[in-house]
Amino acid sequence: MARIGVFVCHCGENISATVDCHKVAETVGKLKHVAFSTDYKYMCSDPGQTLIKEAIKEHNLTGIVVSACSPRMHEPTFRKAAAEAGLNPFLCEMANLREHCSWVHEKNDMTTDKAIDLVRTLVEKVKINSALQPIKVPVTKTALVIGGGIAGIQSALDIANTGHKVILVERSPSIGGHMSQLSETFPTLDCSQCILTPRMVEVAQHPNITLYTYAEVEGLDGFIGNFTVKIRKKSKSLDEKICTGCGLCTTKCPQKKIPNEFEEGLGFRPAIYVPFPQAVPNKPVIDREHCTYYIKGKCKVCEVVCPTKAIRFDQPDEVIEVQIGAIVIATGFDIKRADFFPEYGFGKYKDVIDGLQFERLASASGPTSGAILRPSDGQVPKNIVFVACAGSRDPAKGIAYCSKICCMYTAKHAMLYKHKVHEGKASIFYMDIRSAGKNYEEFVRRAIEEDYVNYIRGRVSTIYERDGKLIVKGVDTLLGGQPVEIVADMVVLATAGVANHGAEELAQRLHVSYDSHKFFAEAHPKLKPVETNTAGIFLAGACQNPKDIPDSVSQASGAAVKVAALFSQNELTREPLVAFVNRTAPPLYSTCVGCFLCQSVCPYQAIEREDFKTRDGKIIKTVAKINEGLCQGCGTCVALCRSKSIDLHGYTNNQMYTEVMALLNEY
Amino acid sequence: MKIGIYPGCSLTGSARDYNESVFALAKAFDIELVQVPDWNCCGATAAHNLNKELSLSLPARILATAEKNGLDEVLVPCAACYSRLAVTQHELKMNPELKNRIGEIIGMDYRGTTKLINVIEWIDAYIIPNLEGRITKPFDYKVACYYGCLMVRPNKVLNYDRAEDPQTMDIAMEKIGAHPLYFPFKTECCGAGLSVSRTEIVAKLSGKIIEDAEHRGADTLIVACPMCHSNLDMRRPSINKYWESDFKLPVMYVTQAIGLAVGLTAKDVGLQRHFVKVNIS
Repeated sequence: MARIGVFVCHCGENISATVDCHKVAETVGKLKHVAFSTDYKYMCSDPGQTLIKEAIKEHNLTGIVVSACSPRMHEPTFRKAAAEAGLNPFLCEMANLREHCSWVHEKNDMTTDKAIDLVRTLVEKVKINSALQPIKVPVTKTALVIGGGIAGIQSALDIANTGHKVILVERSPSIGGHMSQLSETFPTLDCSQCILTPRMVEVAQHPNITLYTYAEVEGLDGFIGNFTVKIRKKSKSLDEKICTGCGLCTTKCPQKKIPNEFEEGLGFRPAIYVPFPQAVPNKPVIDREHCTYYIKGKCKVCEVVCPTKAIRFDQPDEVIEVQIGAIVIATGFDIKRADFFPEYGFGKYKDVIDGLQFERLASASGPTSGAILRPSDGQVPKNIVFVACAGSRDPAKGIAYCSKICCMYTAKHAMLYKHKVHEGKASIFYMDIRSAGKNYEEFVRRAIEEDYVNYIRGRVSTIYERDGKLIVKGVDTLLGGQPVEIVADMVVLATAGVANHGAEELAQRLHVSYDSHKFFAEAHPKLKPVETNTAGIFLAGACQNPKDIPDSVSQASGAAVKVAALFSQNELTREPLVAFVNRTAPPLYSTCVGCFLCQSVCPYQAIEREDFKTRDGKIIKTVAKINEGLCQGCGTCVALCRSKSIDLHGYTNNQMYTEVMALLNEY
Repeated sequence: MKIGIYPGCSLTGSARDYNESVFALAKAFDIELVQVPDWNCCGATAAHNLNKELSLSLPARILATAEKNGLDEVLVPCAACYSRLAVTQHELKMNPELKNRIGEIIGMDYRGTTKLINVIEWIDAYIIPNLEGRITKPFDYKVACYYGCLMVRPNKVLNYDRAEDPQTMDIAMEKIGAHPLYFPFKTECCGAGLSVSRTEIVAKLSGKIIEDAEHRGADTLIVACPMCHSNLDMRRPSINKYWESDFKLPVMYVTQAIGLAVGLTAKDVGLQRHFVKVNIS
């Protein structure tokens, strides 16, 4: 026999100003099975909670309805109070009399009637609530960080420093990411490599970090705290344990004309190579696609010259499986290249370059040792034009968003140019200058006022070549839309930041959602910017959207804290509000017919197959099974199940139906 | 092989040379061009500035007439007419309500089934694939292909070639032995309909196109639009006056160049009608 308690809160005057709380308590108190009903000014206060606890004990209540604010606000509070009084917390329900009633209606009888309706539907529901137990899952305290750019490095170091193991996977031969390519960084103009390389070394030497470079994540199984990851360690064609990193092989390789990825195609590298001098690990790999031996079957010069005989031409890829508890995705971004822009020459003008190429030109370790020289003829450009928003904020190009970093790096580029070519002229075409950030606006002002960078507010319609010069045609919107034509020696396009190649495949492999631009999607744009929709998988850096270094590092540390918080527990406790497949007596076992439509709609990959077998192992029936570790209780499978075999703990079809019927029935 | 043709006003007037070259080329390739009977004005630049329903009704009547006469495919050599017809077809396809309304206005059954092609699509589909063995006189000239604004735009509607850097004419020119130049002005504005009202603007804009083509050493400009042609050819005195120069660069229709290459005479393709003398034959 149910004995329900009802506790109506005034919320100061928030509820009582429009709802007659006393009348609500009185009316509901007369309902069948309501053993106790009262109202109080602040139910969430200590005396309010004590009132609830004592009523539960005194009246031996089997369920309570706290009629107050949104359950988002205080459900945990009241469920905890119920538990302290010995009542299963899931036998406590909340009627939302504030957001759903008093705040949105005028003071009158109808408002009070609605409040009564809200309470009595839940009285009916709580009568058939079941006592639920929290779900416990174990935690493997090793994290996987995917991507070895600054975000991945920061996350890995932060997690490792909390004492937990980290596996860092990077697909290129060295960690460092785009940051290692940059010359100086805004707004301080400190050298990118100087601040980054010590971190890279720290990663390599950290006892808690296992670094796999030239490796990719191939597959993921399991759920929060209990993932199994498959990692393909691509063959480096070299025994890393023997190799001393002397680099002799890289100087003797006869293949020397392979466009250098690190130099953004502005330089060349051999087939056996270290991406850049400060690479971590500082040991070469053989690029089998371009290596003469793999193409023609002979050469092996590197093997001949190697003093330690470390070259292994027949070394296969290695696929390993590791157990981990949490994942940080830090796979970074890419930029559109000049060939994306037909109006700027489809990438066919050698002196129209992108932002990363300019970074390499300006970098002391770059192909020109930091001298700004035109790629076409090696001359110093006397007149340089920067085009901000090349592709960004342009729905016609399919990129409606702002790439965020370009305003700042373009100002930096113009500054670096002026610092190196004093007599040169630098112009920037821009839409708006977006310099929100600490010391950012001041930095842009410096470019304008101290380095005399010519900012032109307007877009560039076309760039073409004539007599070895680049004609940049644009508009100055501050001059009333006057056409502007600049005869330039070199043009730098601040091309849009886009999702890294392979991001979509990785997202699918990890079962993480991504947006229409293939950037990884956060669980909530404001309050869960670091989490993904998949529990235990977090985001760091520009894989989510274009970000600068400070933002990437902040988020990376945020992700690390999320992982550390997860690893601070031996077991994970989850609310048991998950779906379940019903069970019946043999020979039916369950009304589930095993159609697995639910499997295809589950956004969380939480539905597995379960076989019922005879003693000799013969399968009698296969039904759906919910993985409680993965299920988020969204209820999609419940709605879809054709045989009504799936239900949701805490929100069963029967409970919902009872609520509706209570509303329809007179009381 | 039978294809419909919608000439529009230009091809029967100021662009007779274009008309002659299209028909001569069609004949040389055994293509029968059947004029859409009882055709009317496409609305040109005037209608869509005045009244939207009128601007859609005029082309819709042309298209409905073509449908009624069983012309499944209609060649529209004038780029402006082509644009009006294609845009109408697109708009009515996207908006069934408007389609019914326009049907009521023209008092005809409009289905929107006609396949419209402009000259470069026509060349791409019917001439280029049959060129083999037909070139009797390779067109051994440096050419600057000028597409103007309407051949490939609006790209969303036409969905043909690359809007910012079209290639069809360049490829056609290579096939007849010509040497297409890198020409960044290929889609710049010629001044279009301002020819009559603001001739000095046409003189300025068309002049830029001609100057750049001459500078790059072109022997001739290649066009596929009567409006572009009249601005670049007929308006040459205004251009030369504005730029204080003496540009002599001839302007040829793409159909004329191909016609000459397959052995048609200068007269067959109407070269004698040009204002700027064409020293190519």
